[in-house]
Parts: sequence; C-alpha cells; structure tokens
Amino acid sequence: MKATCWMGKHKMEVVNVPDPRILSQGDCIVKVTSTAICGSDLHLYNAFMPGLEHGDILGHEFMGEVVEVGNNVKNVQVGDRVVVPFPIACGHCAACKAGLTSVCENSNPNAWMAEKLMGHSPSGIFGYTHLLGGFAGGQAEYARVPFADFGPLKVPDELTDEQALFLSDILPTGYMGAEMCDIKPGDTVAVWGCGPVGLFAIASAYLLGAERVIAIDRFPYRLQMAREKAGAITINYMEIDSVQDVLKDLTAGRGPDRCIDAVGMEGYSHGLFYMHDRMKQMMRMQPDRPIALREAILSCASGGTVSVIGVYGGLIDKFPMNAVMNRSLTIRAGQCHVHRYMRPLLERIQNGDIDPTFVITHRMKLDDAARGYEMFNQKEDNCEKVVLSA
Amino acid sequence: MGTQIEHTTRSSNGNGSALAANRRPASDVTAPYQRIADRDRGTGGESLADFLGYFSLGLGLAEFLMPGGMARLIGIESDERNRNLLRAMGLREITSGVAVLSKQQPAKAMWSRVMGDAIDLACLGVALANSDNDRGRTLFATTNVLAVTALDVMCARQLSRQPETPANEGADEGIIHTRRSVTVNRQPGEVYGFWRDFTNLPRFMRHLESVRVTGERRSHWVAKAPAGKSVEWDAELTADTPDELIAWRSVEGSEIYNAGSVRFRPAPGGRGTEVRVDMEYDPPFGKLGSKVAMLFREEPGQQVQDDLRYFKQVMETGDIVVSDATKQRGPHSGQPDGRGVSL
Repeated sequence: MKATCWMGKHKMEVVNVPDPRILSQGDCIVKVTSTAICGSDLHLYNAFMPGLEHGDILGHEFMGEVVEVGNNVKNVQVGDRVVVPFPIACGHCAACKAGLTSVCENSNPNAWMAEKLMGHSPSGIFGYTHLLGGFAGGQAEYARVPFADFGPLKVPDELTDEQALFLSDILPTGYMGAEMCDIKPGDTVAVWGCGPVGLFAIASAYLLGAERVIAIDRFPYRLQMAREKAGAITINYMEIDSVQDVLKDLTAGRGPDRCIDAVGMEGYSHGLFYMHDRMKQMMRMQPDRPIALREAILSCASGGTVSVIGVYGGLIDKFPMNAVMNRSLTIRAGQCHVHRYMRPLLERIQNGDIDPTFVITHRMKLDDAARGYEMFNQKEDNCEKVVLSA
Repeated sequence: MGTQIEHTTRSSNGNGSALAANRRPASDVTAPYQRIADRDRGTGGESLADFLGYFSLGLGLAEFLMPGGMARLIGIESDERNRNLLRAMGLREITSGVAVLSKQQPAKAMWSRVMGDAIDLACLGVALANSDNDRGRTLFATTNVLAVTALDVMCARQLSRQPETPANEGADEGIIHTRRSVTVNRQPGEVYGFWRDFTNLPRFMRHLESVRVTGERRSHWVAKAPAGKSVEWDAELTADTPDELIAWRSVEGSEIYNAGSVRFRPAPGGRGTEVRVDMEYDPPFGKLGSKVAMLFREEPGQQVQDDLRYFKQVMETGDIVVSDATKQRGPHSGQPDGRGVSL
C-alpha cells in the first residue's frame, strides 16, 4: 500500500510499504478514505519530537471503511464506515473507565520509554513516535486499528467524510480546550493560535456560553477566519507591542477569565524572549518554546483558568510560577480524551450546532501529501487545513 | 459581625495529633504502605555524594579558571601545556560534579569520579618523576588526591549497593532481588485466580516457554535462554493464601535458582488490585552477567516490570498490546524496506 513516511526533517515521502495486518484479535483494518494533516504533525515534520524514526508512517486523523476484523471484535463489522480517535485506548483500564482515554494505561507498548521522560506513560497514538507506541499512522491506504470495539465510531450515511473526519482529533481537542475552562456567564475567553484547533476552541467557547472570545495569531488569513467564521475579536501580535496590554485594555484591566493555549511547543513572537527560546531550542537545551503559554499565564485574570491543548514535548523554562501561585490560577491540560467527545459532537454536527468543514482550505490526493506538509508548514496559499483523500 | 473566634483550651488539642481520632485513617490501612516506604529509603551514601559533588565543582572551577595558580600550588611548572592540561582536567571535574549532583545515576557518576582520580594520580606520578618540579608540593597534592580517592571509592561502593531490605539479602553473592508492583483494574479473586494457574504465566512472563503443573505443589518450568536454547527446572509452591499471596521457588538441586512471591491487596477506593512481586534469581554468569545485561536495558527488575505490565494488559484487555514496531525491532511493517512483520 501507499503510505506517507517521515524520511527526515522536512522530508515526507509517499512510498510503498507492506499492508498492515491483524496483530491481535481485537484489531480491525480500515481502508482509509479521508485523512488530514494535523498541526501536531508539523512538530514531527520539523523534527522537534523525540522518538521518531526514519520511515515511520505519520497521520492520526483518519476515517474509512472497515475491511477486516479480528475474531474478538463485536462492535464493528466489515463494511462499516468509521472515524477513528487518535489516542489508542483499551476501554478497560481505570483511566479509560474514568473517560481519560488519552492516558490509557495499556495502549503504549513502549511505555517504559515514555516513563523515563514523563514519569508515567500516556496512551499510544497513531503515527506519533515510538515513545507513544510506534503505531503506524493513518496517512496511508490502510491502517491497523487496535481495540476496534472501543475506538472507531460508526458514521451515519447522511454525513460526508469532511463533516465527520475532524471527530478524530481537532474538533474534540478544541472542544475540550474550551470545556476545561469551565466557562461561566460573562466570561471573556482568549485563544492563542488560530490553527484549526484554535478555531474549534473559539467556536466551542461560544457553544459553552462565553460572552466573547479574543483570538491571537500572526497570520492575517487565520485571524480573518477566526473573525468571520468563528466570531472572535482578533489580535495580530506582530502589529502590536504587547498582547498583555491589549487584552487588559479589552477587558478593562481584568484580563481574560479563561485562556487557551492552542499553540504548543513552537510558539513565535517578536523580541528578545523569542530569540532566547529559539537559541536554546537550537542548542537542544530546551525542546519547547513556551511563548504562548507564558503569555497566557501572565494575561489571565486572577482566579482564572489556563487551558493547554497545544502539544509540548519536553521541558520548558522561565515558567511564571509566581503568577500561577500568587494569583490563584488553575492550569488544566491534556491530550484530548477523544472517545468521550465523539458521540456528543457527532450529534452537534448532525443538528447543525457546528459545521466543522469551515476549517478546510486544501483538498489533495494522498500521493500529494508531501506537498501538503510543505504548504501547511510554510503557510503557503493561506493554508489552514489539508484533507487528503484516497 | 459574622466572624466569631472560638477559644479553645490548649490542653484539649496539645496531644500532637493533626486529626481527631475518628478522622484518622485506621492503622491497618496505612501500616502496609508505611512498611513499603521504609524499605525504599536510600543506601546511605547520599550525603557524602553531595559533598563530593560540590567538591568536584569547586576544584574543577579552580582548575579551569586559575590553571596557573593551581600549577604552582601542586608544584609543577606553569607553562602553556600544563595550564591547558589543568583546564581540561577542570572541565572533567565539573562534568563529574554536575553528574553527581544531578543524581540521575548516582553510582555511575561517583564511579566516574573514581576514574578521574585515577587519571589525576597517574598525572601526578609523572610529575613526581620530573626533577624540575617542586616535589614537596607535588607529594602533598598526591596525598590529598589519595585521600579523596578513598572517599570516592567508599561512596561509590555505598551507592552501588542495593538498599538493604529484607527482600535482597544475598544480593552481594550475585543473586538478584527485585520488587515491582502494578495496579490491575480487576478484583483480587480474579487476579489471584489467574496467577495461581501457573500454566498462565507464560502468557505474560515472556522469557517463559511453558509451565506444566506436575503435582499438587509442583510445576515444571521451561524458559528461553540465549542462542535458541532453553533451561528447565522444577518449582514448588511455598505459600498459597487465596486472594492474597502466592510464593514459589525452584526445588533443591535445580539447574538454576529462582524464587518469587506475589501479593494481592485491594487498591483503595475500588481501584482494583495492587499486585506486588518479589523475585530473586541467580542471573546467568552471576553478577557480571547482570551488569552486562544492564547495558542492554535488561537491568534486574526491568524484565519483571515489563512482565507486570503485560500481566495488567492480559487481565484488563485479554491480550498483550503490540504495535508494528514492537512486533519487530528496527524496521517494521510501517517502514518501507519491504520486509514483512515476523510474528
């Protein structure tokens, strides 16, 4: 089959690889009809995540048709059309039972590696380094899906692939970012990053009752989408001196009650702090550039919540713990527990509360995945979201 | 107006207990955990290691920043070559110091200091042989280094020791003791029952090929050995308390020595079962063998930890969880070299 493989920094290739096989009787094989490139795939593309090897198949947002099932699989059948959540979760451990599927205790076969770096291991993830399991990803013609009884969600016929695909990751991720904020009436929510997850976080914050949402980015086309499609007030941080000051001004000195970091480890800024972080990252002294996170913490209203859904891969420094402690901030974070959001969000799509297709700007064939990565990374042609089809 | 301060007499709460008697946890709940915590204390070399770590940093900085002064102090010529040598030694000292203080691998870091001492002593020996040097000062320096070397060796040996626990008596004779635990989201009865049927063990102890029950208390174990060979032995059940404890050991005169126990205890608040394994075994080629194995991540305990993880997976999901990459090390079906997956 054809698959999109990471062949080194900034080097993706669609090549022929052996077809996946059922390795455990709880698996199914999905013939991928649609898949997408995620912003977090760019952290891999840019070689910032530990534990990636040449030739690894990437892709954790995918859906398609079940073509083979293991003997123990009961909930899906050959022919079913399914969308697959990006965290791999067993459905039986204490974490899964508590709805925390992205920290499933059983699904990372390389848990010992993750434990060395993170203390405990999160779940395995499709196409997301050997640290998180070494599972082949879904930017391919076929994918092996473990725990087929628990993960894949059947998609009703009336929904198109494009309507359902983002249930695999970015829609639930953006939604969880807003949900973790515990939004109260009158709350102002600020969202750093207007990539697809940021846009879904904005939309979700409104769905959950935010008074207004302020979006922060540097690309005019992304800010335009945030304004026109998701209803946010927008700030282009390249055009102003201080995001903090503008946020203070917009909230009459209070600061936003809830702040969402939808940027993660590759933050950008002008000024000295950025140079400092970039240098340290280049010298491998600090894997992450936590610029948005710092800004979110310093901007957040006292007693407020900072919700982190941007991905971090290692340690950070210059973390303003003084602001967190002295101003009673709550920090919440997590890879999305996609399984618990899929069904309710599917219903929201069905009843028209939200139309996730608005983030798509580019549609390509799987064969052109390498070009898709390049465009998305360079923000060429106002690239917001690339969907690849078989 | 809303606030009232209640005055209490000192004697009523001066008994040193933070919680009222009916709020305190029952001691049968906490006592087993206190025992575990007590067993986990360090080996006794830690505070000396801290001192030596700071000593390394100080000496290293002095050598690196003031090589000329240092050369005069130890009675050698302060020429360019010697100064550069001292700077290099200073960097080595600083590295050792940082390694010791970071406490990532305390024993290895301390042995690195011992190696450094050996180099220092060798250099000082060369210096002593050179009659141009102030031998009195060089001899004084050598005496100091010898003293520090003694401390380093002592500390490194202390840190290399396994913590002294009832579970690892005999560790110095080359027998490996290890203690690992995992929480399984199943009831103790179910977990005990699965383990008690020894024929299930090869499903999660991956070095085992088979276990055959040969009698009421006896079983025959076959394990994989390097180079496609296998080793076999008979084991006997030494303790069996339903839902709580199973213990076994290889019978007298077996080819290899192996003994273990597993305890089951309900985890608090309905979190399933805490499974604690104590194992001891005689590694192939004794202590040296286990050191070599450590280089390949097969440190004592790692295998037991992996096995416990597999045990949890089998109990909770019915199977060991695999990805393409774990089915086969190196290139796997997810990698385009055309080789298939070997199952």
